[in-house]
Amino acid sequence: MAMSIAAKANALWEYANPRKFLATSERVLPFFWITSAVCIVVGLVWGFFFTPDDFRQGSTVKIIYLHVPSALMAINCWLMMLVTSLVWLVRRHHVSALAARAAAPIGIVMTLIALATGAIWGQPMWGTWWAWDPRLTSFLILFLFYLGYVALWEAIEDPDTAADLTSVLCLVGSVFAFLSRYAVNFWNQGLHQGASVMRAGAVTGTDTEEKVSNVFFYPLLTCIIGFVLLFIALVLYRTGTEIRARRVKALLARERLGA
Amino acid sequence: MIALLLRDLKLAFRAGGGFGLGLAFFLIVTVLVPFAVGPQSSLLSTIAPGILWLGALLACLLSLDRLLALDWEDGSLDLLATAPLPLEAVVSIKALAHWITTGLPLVLAAPFLGVLLNLPAPGFFWLVISLLLGTPAMSVIGTFGAALTVGLKRGGLLLSLLVLPLYVPTLIFGAEVARRGAVGMETQTPLLMLAGITMATIALLPFASAAVLRINLR
Repeated sequence: MAMSIAAKANALWEYANPRKFLATSERVLPFFWITSAVCIVVGLVWGFFFTPDDFRQGSTVKIIYLHVPSALMAINCWLMMLVTSLVWLVRRHHVSALAARAAAPIGIVMTLIALATGAIWGQPMWGTWWAWDPRLTSFLILFLFYLGYVALWEAIEDPDTAADLTSVLCLVGSVFAFLSRYAVNFWNQGLHQGASVMRAGAVTGTDTEEKVSNVFFYPLLTCIIGFVLLFIALVLYRTGTEIRARRVKALLARERLGA
Repeated sequence: MIALLLRDLKLAFRAGGGFGLGLAFFLIVTVLVPFAVGPQSSLLSTIAPGILWLGALLACLLSLDRLLALDWEDGSLDLLATAPLPLEAVVSIKALAHWITTGLPLVLAAPFLGVLLNLPAPGFFWLVISLLLGTPAMSVIGTFGAALTVGLKRGGLLLSLLVLPLYVPTLIFGAEVARRGAVGMETQTPLLMLAGITMATIALLPFASAAVLRINLR
C-alpha cells in the first residue's frame, strides 16, 4: 500500500520533464477547453435566462455568475503560484517556475474581472462604484501584488535568477497579503456581505444565516466549475508556450555559438 | 558588525551619501499638502496623522535604492558576502544603518512638521511612538526590496512597485495609532499589532533578504 502511494507520488514528478509535460498537456487540453466552454455557457445561459430575479436586487443579481467565479480564481491563482514557487525553490523543476509565470497574467485578468463586475454590481445596489470596503480593498492590494510579481519577472534577464527571485517574492508577498487582509478588516467595516456561497454549515442546512438560494446556487456552481477548468486549460496552454519560448531561445543561442 | 555599521554611517553622513535628502523630502511633502487641500486648520488637523505617516513612508522609500546599489557597483557587496560575517547579519546591519540615517531623523522631525499641519496636542506623543515603532519595519522591508532589485540597471521604480504593497499593514496600523491618539481614543490594539508586525519583520525578513542577495550575487 505504502509502495503504491510512493509510486503515485513519483508519477506526479514525472511531469517535471518538459517533454512529458508537453505531450500530456497537449492530449488533455482539448478536454479542458471543451468542458470549460460547455460549463461556462450552460452556467451563464442557465443563470441569465432560467433563474428568477432576486426579490430585492432584481436582475442585477445575475452578475454573480461572473463575479464570484472570477474572484475565487483570482485568489486560487495566487495560491497555485505559491505552491509552484515552493516546488521550484525546493526541487528546481523548471516547468514549475514557468507555470507560476504563466499563471500570473491570468490572475491579473481574474482580479480585474472581479473588481469590474463588483463595481458594476455595486453601483445599483450600494449606490457607489467603489467603497473602501475590506474585501474590495484587499482585492486591490492583491492586484498590486500581481503587478509587482509580473514586473519583476519582466525586469530580470537571466531566467533562473528571475525564477528564484520571483519565487521568494511570492512567498514573502503571500505572508504580507494575508496580513493586509486582516489589517484592512480592522481598518474599516464594509458593505460587502460575508461568505454566503461556500459555507459548510449553509450547504448542509445547519445554519440559518443568509445564504444564496439553491435556485441561484446550481448555475453558479456550474460557472465556478467552468472557470476552474478554464483556468487549468489556460495555465497548461501558457506553460506550454513558455516552455517552447525557452526552447527557441536555447536553439538561437546554440546557433549563434555554432556560426 | 560594529565596524560595518560605522562604515555605513560614515558613508551616509559624508558628502554624496544622501543623508538628509529623505528629511528634506518629508518637509517638502508636508509643506505642499496645505497648498493642495486648502489652509482650513480643522481639515488639516483631521488629516495630519495620515499625511505625516504617508510622508515618512515615501521619504523612506526614496532612499531605498541607495541602500545596496552603491556597494553592489563598487564590488564591496561581494567582499561582504565572502566575509566571515553571515549575510543575514550584513543585511540586518544595513537595515539598521538605513534606519539610523533615515528612519530616526524622520521620527524626530515629525512633531515639528505636525505643528505645521495643526496636529492636535495629544497626537504628538502617539505620532512619535507610532513612527518609532513603524520605521524599523519600513527599513527592514525596504532592505528586502533593495536586495531583490539590486542587480537591475533601472530598479528604482520597480523597487517602489514591489515595496509599497508590503508597507500596507504597517501603514494601516501605524496611521491608525496616530489617528486614534490625535482624537483621544484608546490606541492599544493597533499599537500592539504594529509592534507585532515590526518585531516579526525584524526577526524573519533578514533571512529572505539574505537568500535573495545570494541569488543575485551568484
